Amino acid sequence: MNTLNTAANRTWIVLLVATAITYWLGESGTAGKAGTMAVFVMLGLALLKGWLVIYDFMELRHAPTLWKALLVGWLVFVLGMIVLAYWMGLH
Amino acid sequence: MPPDTTSATMSVAVRPSGPPNDASGARLPGDLAIWFFILAELLAFAVFFLAYAFARAGNVEMFNESQLTLDLNSGALNTVLLITGSWFVVLAVQAVKRDATRLGARWLAAGMACGFAFLVVKVFEYSAKFDADISLSTNTFYMFYISLTFFHFMHVVLGMVILAILLVKTRQGAYGSREHNALESGAAYWHMVDLLWIVLFPLVYVMR
Repeated sequence: MNTLNTAANRTWIVLLVATAITYWLGESGTAGKAGTMAVFVMLGLALLKGWLVIYDFMELRHAPTLWKALLVGWLVFVLGMIVLAYWMGLH
Repeated sequence: MPPDTTSATMSVAVRPSGPPNDASGARLPGDLAIWFFILAELLAFAVFFLAYAFARAGNVEMFNESQLTLDLNSGALNTVLLITGSWFVVLAVQAVKRDATRLGARWLAAGMACGFAFLVVKVFEYSAKFDADISLSTNTFYMFYISLTFFHFMHVVLGMVILAILLVKTRQGAYGSREHNALESGAAYWHMVDLLWIVLFPLVYVMR
């Protein structure tokens, strides 16, 4: 249980740091200036955060592969389509 | 976490071809039904997220300009509140699983407090927008911003109702190391609300 507890605590810290970076991207204006690079960073961070929530908070790390694939697949699909829509907006 | 016999048997049935260590250890927390419900919710939000993203692609300048009026501080604070609320509920489930039910109830109450704070921040955010005469019909960006965040808001409300029921039942001693299925199911729903916001925050508040 202690190991699990530590994993959840570590995940919480990573989630906070990732949120702080995303916030900084918006607040500093970098999100606008850095364009595509900033979008990749913030959506990459969203992927990391979502993955950690699915694995460590929803406790799917040790779940049947099908359910891990369904939830992570949802996350990858949604973020991928957002990238596609962003790219379409550039053209 | 040692797998119990029932779940190990279930997982063998679910993934007969999986590697031996997975087959013996794989376990889906909570009820199967809640995972189908979560999946349906995720799909509904996916439609909403993609409708926003592609509507933005057709009108980038207007979306970028309107986005500047959003309160990034509120959005970030609410992310922290949901992440922390989720973490508290993880600690609650872990405590109950080792029969520390009083501690578990306290963590559940802490999770609810985060949810309540989220709702308060959101109400302030909405009232500032309504004071500025911004409504659903102002433009497409605000139509999405208000409806998408309000749809999520209602899910936070439902999550809090679920946590309240779990809190009462935990205090009554309904859950422990042997029985915690309903607790895990409710917790999974609460984490889904967190997961949705993790996509919503960069998409609506930051991406430009």
